[in-house]
Amino acid sequence: MAMHGMRGLSIFISDVRNCHNKEQERSRVDKELGNIRNRFKKEKGLTPYDKKKYVWKMLYIYMLGYDVDFGHMEAVSLISAPKYPEKQVGYIVTSCLLNENHDFLRLAINTVRNDIIGRNETSQCLSLTLVGNIGGREFAESLAPDVQKLILSSSCRPLVRKKAALCLLRLFRKNPDVVNVEGWADRMAQLLDERDLGVLTASMSLLVSLVSNNHEAYWVCLPKCVKILERIARNQDVPQEYTYYGIPSPWLQVKTMRALQYFPTIEDPNTRRTLFEVLQRILMGTDVVKNVNKNNASHAVLFEALALVMHLDAEKEMLSQCVALLGKFIAVREPNIRYLGLENMTRMLIVADVQEIIKRHQAQIITSLKDPDISICRRALDLLYGMCDVTNAKDIVEELLQYLSSADFTMREELSLKAAILAEKFAPDLSWYVDVILQLIEKAGDFISDDIWFRVVQFVTNNDDLQPYAAAKAKEYLDKPAVHEKMVKVCAYILGEYSHLLARRPGCSPKEIFSIIHEKLPTVRTTTIPILLSAYAKILMHTQPPDQVLKNQIWAIFTKYESCIDAEIQQRAVEYFALSQKGAALMDILAEMPKFPERQSSLIKKAEDTEGDTAEQSAIKLRAQQQPSNALVVTDQRPANGAPPPVSVGHLSVVKAPNMNDTEDHNSTEQAPSQENGNISKVDPQPPSADLLSDLLGPLAIEAPPGAAVQYEHNAAPGLDGGPDAVDGLAIVPVAVETNTIQPIVNIAERFRALCLKDSGVLYEDPYIQIGIKAEWRAHHGRLVLFLGNKNTSPLISVQALILPPAHLKMELSLVPDAIPPRAQVQCPLEVVNLQPSRDIAVLDFSYKFGTDMVNVKLRLPAVLNKFLQPISVSAEEFFPQWRSLAGPPLKLQEVVRGVRPMALPEMANLLHSFGLMISQGLDPNPNNLVASTTFSSEKTHGMLCLVRIETDPADRTQLRMTLASGDPTLTFELKEFIKEQLVSIPTVHQAAPPALPAAPPTPQIPPNDPAALLAGLLS
Amino acid sequence: MCFEKVIRELGGVILSRGPKLCNFVDWRGFKVVYKRYASLYFCMCIDQDDNELEVLEIIHHFVEILDRYFGSVCELDLIFNFHKAYYILDELLLAGELQESSKKTVARLIAAQVFCLMEPCCFNGFTFQ
Repeated sequence: MAMHGMRGLSIFISDVRNCHNKEQERSRVDKELGNIRNRFKKEKGLTPYDKKKYVWKMLYIYMLGYDVDFGHMEAVSLISAPKYPEKQVGYIVTSCLLNENHDFLRLAINTVRNDIIGRNETSQCLSLTLVGNIGGREFAESLAPDVQKLILSSSCRPLVRKKAALCLLRLFRKNPDVVNVEGWADRMAQLLDERDLGVLTASMSLLVSLVSNNHEAYWVCLPKCVKILERIARNQDVPQEYTYYGIPSPWLQVKTMRALQYFPTIEDPNTRRTLFEVLQRILMGTDVVKNVNKNNASHAVLFEALALVMHLDAEKEMLSQCVALLGKFIAVREPNIRYLGLENMTRMLIVADVQEIIKRHQAQIITSLKDPDISICRRALDLLYGMCDVTNAKDIVEELLQYLSSADFTMREELSLKAAILAEKFAPDLSWYVDVILQLIEKAGDFISDDIWFRVVQFVTNNDDLQPYAAAKAKEYLDKPAVHEKMVKVCAYILGEYSHLLARRPGCSPKEIFSIIHEKLPTVRTTTIPILLSAYAKILMHTQPPDQVLKNQIWAIFTKYESCIDAEIQQRAVEYFALSQKGAALMDILAEMPKFPERQSSLIKKAEDTEGDTAEQSAIKLRAQQQPSNALVVTDQRPANGAPPPVSVGHLSVVKAPNMNDTEDHNSTEQAPSQENGNISKVDPQPPSADLLSDLLGPLAIEAPPGAAVQYEHNAAPGLDGGPDAVDGLAIVPVAVETNTIQPIVNIAERFRALCLKDSGVLYEDPYIQIGIKAEWRAHHGRLVLFLGNKNTSPLISVQALILPPAHLKMELSLVPDAIPPRAQVQCPLEVVNLQPSRDIAVLDFSYKFGTDMVNVKLRLPAVLNKFLQPISVSAEEFFPQWRSLAGPPLKLQEVVRGVRPMALPEMANLLHSFGLMISQGLDPNPNNLVASTTFSSEKTHGMLCLVRIETDPADRTQLRMTLASGDPTLTFELKEFIKEQLVSIPTVHQAAPPALPAAPPTPQIPPNDPAALLAGLLS
Repeated sequence: MCFEKVIRELGGVILSRGPKLCNFVDWRGFKVVYKRYASLYFCMCIDQDDNELEVLEIIHHFVEILDRYFGSVCELDLIFNFHKAYYILDELLLAGELQESSKKTVARLIAAQVFCLMEPCCFNGFTFQ
């Protein structure tokens, strides 16, 4: 055999294996690489056999982990060799060494295509394998149609067709926009009739990918999938060679059930019944057997069946059966089954109302948390995190705390983050929350992110009755020997602010508190010292009547640090020293920190961010997205815990500006010396550090995205007949200009509204700066350029621009310069990627300084939903089948909208058009109705068709009925709400009672073939 | 991420695990399903929501096919015939999906390929079976 005779290769491999150490190996490999390079250089005299041998050697060297940065050309060129052995080597080595972005691949496209369309089966197989493993965009563009032909070709044998199916799967998965799968539903249905189980398995994989992208086109495949599952699961007509340890093709069963999970529901009662019978049999008929492989295979099928049952909203009885099974699994010894039991219980929490039954297994789950296998611990932690609520939070969090000291190091950070979040979300009382966080810091200080202690500081600051308790606790912890530095930080901060509340307790005099804190100073790093200095300054201020000894002690410390090399410490020392000599002014400047604005916990956000995305949206994830997010709901309810009602973002500036005035008013005589240090920082009253404060008050300061606020208004006053001034209405949104002394000279709300409809214009302008915007949108990508123009003859400094993107947008702002020179304009590109449909709005947090004026504005950015709409004209032949196939909620939603801004039909058509909807004239026979279509692009939905129908009532222009349909439930909902927002004028005055409900627009009786009837029969 | 780094990272994660633990580990937002056969580890990286046991049995399926081809396969067989392991794998998996679940069919296709490699001139209209 040609392969067997490759002596050179075998010798080389033996040589490498005989090397005694890594160095020897490297030198042997280098020698070989040099040899190969030389041989490739003088190509003459290189026989095909030699070439083949060297290319294999290269692959071997690459496998050993060495860089092989040459010879790619030779490997690629072998692809076009006339003989099979060389060709095969070329294909295999190329697909190992190169990736889809490699330039050389382009050279091979023609050969690959010729092999695919040629009549030689062996070459077809090789080329399909290459494309299926590394095919990129260009391959998809030039080869997809040929591959599609092969799948269906009756003259191709199964071995080619199954490769073609998986090859297409790869091309589609990577570049769904390039591969045209229009009309593939029927072909897929035809493929599902395939008798060859190899081809059928490959086709099923392809179907999974296609339905995950757009399930509504593939309804026709649903009954066939159920039939296949029934046939295989009952082992009817399955050839012996396709049974695996006695189980009829477990892989095909799993794939089929996976495909079924992408259909939102199964409506046909017969199909549903058949499917449930099969599932029931799988659930009940899977036994644990001795043979590992048989066990694994049958449980692979079982777990997939469980997932499908959860997805299908089975009856309560069947779900309890599932939980009972999972309960059995999490108690078994076999680690794989236990792992999967825990994982699937966690999934079950998302999709079904089984929390109470799962709680019964809490003790068992906690046992798994302490398992020596970290994979199992992780799943147990996920499950505990998911099942936690107010009733069991105390137990669970205490377990987590207890486990923390013995947990694997790689798990501690996640463990402490989750414990902190649970403590925050479900705290029965806030003092318990403080206890938990302090314990966390004590036990795992190294693994606690700053967010965790920032958050506890926020809670303490915002809850007056918590402050004495927190201060007492902080003292208790600082009293202990060997305290973690993070503990020093948080305790010093709390004691600085609130230790005066303890003054009457024994051991809590200012002096004693000071010495407890000061004892830690030699042990901390320079980053902590500023916090301690702030605490000293505050303690000093609270010491009434003044204590001369303490004052001297603290002044001595300030004086010592006045020459500190660290600028932050030095500045504080100098400033606090100067301030503490001012008496009354000190009181104002070092007054207690104001309450923080309520907002989503940065911890929860962090936890959400760490959940990685995968290329294909899983059915479970899709499903989870339709559920309201617990995390947000809970934090929004926080004020119920006794915290004051949410404070507006404008509060931020209160911290800064007034104090500056106070200083000037009261102490104008003493102003001069302090100004030497530059009065900007001088009057910055934010202890403990500017950095810390900006972290605490940071990007999350906007609690609810503006879109949500608008929606809230709608919910609060449904059907209200609002005033005509929609622009004013939008200004209700909390994000706006803050109480700056510099006022804008344009109407910001109006500018934003205008920019929602066009792509360039002025976003903001005041006497000093003009911010313009220019945008380009392409599918789900956008590129905005911010034009920051300084209108003055002196520079704008401390320029800062921060994007606060909502969860559905990925935004990247290029570097914004710190200063804008006089009369200059700088351009800052901003890249936007739309991940999924949402009406939330991105905000630009922009600030600059002009002279002594600090301006900070929060501007909504016009990266709004309609920017990702692309009008598309749809003919009646295309419209109606689509309309019919989207059969009802959640894909098709209907709503009677009242309080509509009265407008004539053409005006409404124009309005819709301006948002990127294409009005289809004549589709609806009723002249009072509008039918429109558009495509929406996001990473999740790709370009997805959306259909809209609006039925107006000529007798009452303030109401209409709107029906929206698309292939994605979130999209349908968001688009419906979006259009509603545009049509409805936002109420500015609350009325006592909603006006009497007018009757819905009449739906006359029309024969069934009539388009109007088709349109009307929506939600049956 | 380069091949070598992946191997090094995964090696660290997987080799440190004891024998009686489960066959799945979290890795960079993915899951890795692995199985040890004597001194060899077979690993497959999958998405979070993929079916772990199904993948575990794909690995075993592959090993059984190797075993049938080499006749009681051992590490040295795979080292000295790594190219064959590649084309056997290409008959089994494509685009990360299982391509053929019948051992008999895979064996037949491999045999046909080997036959092709032997024939000096098998290229014009030759079909195997």
